[in-house]
Amino acid sequence: MENVIEHNEEKKGSILHRYKYLFLRRFTQITILVLYIGGNVYSWKILQGNLSSSKIMNVIPMADPYAVLQIFATGSLVAIDTLIGALIVLFFYAVIGGRAFCAWVCPMNMITDLANWIRRKFKLDKDEYHPLTISRNVRYWILAVSFVISAFVMTPAFEMVNPISMLHRGLIFGMGFGWTVVAAVFFFDLFVVKNGWCGHLCPLGAFYSIIGKKSLIRVYHNHDKCTLCMECKAVCPEKPVLHMVGKDGFNSFVNSGACINCGRCIEVCPADALSFKFRLKNPQKEEKNHV
Amino acid sequence: MEEKKISRRKLIVTTLQGIGISFMGGSLWAGFVYEAKSEPLILRPPGALPEDEFIKKCIKCGLCVEGCPYDVLYLAKPGDNKPLGTPYFIPRTNPCRMCEDIPCVPPCPTGALDIKSVSSVKDGKEVLDINKARMGVAVVDHENCIAFWGIQCDACYRACPLMDKAITLEYERNERTGKHAFLKPVVHTDYCTGCGLCEKACVTEKASIFVLPRHIALGKAGKHYVKGWEEKDESKLKSSEGIQTQKTERTHKKAEDYLNEGL
Repeated sequence: MENVIEHNEEKKGSILHRYKYLFLRRFTQITILVLYIGGNVYSWKILQGNLSSSKIMNVIPMADPYAVLQIFATGSLVAIDTLIGALIVLFFYAVIGGRAFCAWVCPMNMITDLANWIRRKFKLDKDEYHPLTISRNVRYWILAVSFVISAFVMTPAFEMVNPISMLHRGLIFGMGFGWTVVAAVFFFDLFVVKNGWCGHLCPLGAFYSIIGKKSLIRVYHNHDKCTLCMECKAVCPEKPVLHMVGKDGFNSFVNSGACINCGRCIEVCPADALSFKFRLKNPQKEEKNHV
Repeated sequence: MEEKKISRRKLIVTTLQGIGISFMGGSLWAGFVYEAKSEPLILRPPGALPEDEFIKKCIKCGLCVEGCPYDVLYLAKPGDNKPLGTPYFIPRTNPCRMCEDIPCVPPCPTGALDIKSVSSVKDGKEVLDINKARMGVAVVDHENCIAFWGIQCDACYRACPLMDKAITLEYERNERTGKHAFLKPVVHTDYCTGCGLCEKACVTEKASIFVLPRHIALGKAGKHYVKGWEEKDESKLKSSEGIQTQKTERTHKKAEDYLNEGL
């Protein structure tokens, strides 16, 4: 326990260091947003379009692979530009980033993180409030249903109701009544379900959970350093991914695709038991024998 | 063994629960999307595929909007009552300027805006040709267009980029005064691109010439009509097997019988 306090005070010395990943994430999220807005308002060529489909320096295409799959589900094909763009994005998250889109790019993340922060500050998570519980698997059902509806109605179904693009597109091209939907997500997360939107409902997050499952960059849990303070679980927006903390008796990666690689657990850990590492192979099985 | 049975049963029931709630939520969602996607009066950028196909392919990225140098195009916002995130324009406030290089079409990454439909072959090369765009078609309200009252106004005719092709002025004697002429604007749908420059130019309080989607504004005569005065149309008769008549036998009943049948 002394050890913990010592570490805490040591870390308190520098805010930048303590919230390294948080600052980095906000920086990328806001930079991407500003570049898109500049692309529309001032015709900057760095990043044009929006998160559904865009161009870097007017050359490299990028496209939302989930949106492209919905287009396929309608029975339509897309031009080669979008196809290549979707593959580039797919490759990046599947091989490298995992579900990093949610923590490092998605603008809705800032809204839901704010809701979550207020929740923590005002201690809205007590059991006596009888919080509504929804399964975290609901998002996978929504993902599946979105393809069925796309096929039946012959329109990309999630793109017609997507609060993320309402927010993102709204900031770039004009908000309209989109703020009501964003506010709905905010209040849902704040008062109804902790991490309600991102952690339970969002099919885009579910999509990246699935494709990013085998990615290289992963959070690594060092069992020997862990003091079981559970700070990481308190701050994690996808709590079940940290199931190994205090359970398994060996070092392991966070293997669940649901982990958004936000790095909050790494920052709050007073014992430096968590870190980002490249996962080339799971250490699990070999070290299991030692215990 | 017993335990396994229970967990299998639980799995099936949970799956059925999932299907049940998916069906419930899904039908609401599908119903909403079905309603939200249909806006028959929307005017799309040049080269847009037919609405059914367009709504499938458009990824809502806004690259066409950013391509337009006159800020003509909007992406539908929540509250615009148009299919969310898709591009459209309002001719009365900001009509299409029909740029020759059509900067809005080539950026489209999905092919929802089809370059081929706004290209024509010149000297063996495919070049962009904005005159082939069919964004809509201009319609004149004969009752409120002041040119039809006998007042001289040719604002729409002069605004038209395809003057004397898409809009012509038809001269007609004004019988009321006996010494003036009507100069009536007439739209020719073969040439009209639906850019809406006429609608913007119209001087009446609410435009008396306005652009509508072609599938709304245009009728269809049917394939069986043959324009005998057009050589091309006459070719329809080539495969004809002559006049075919169907003979219906006269009834043998008396009129009072068959008229009273079933009473």
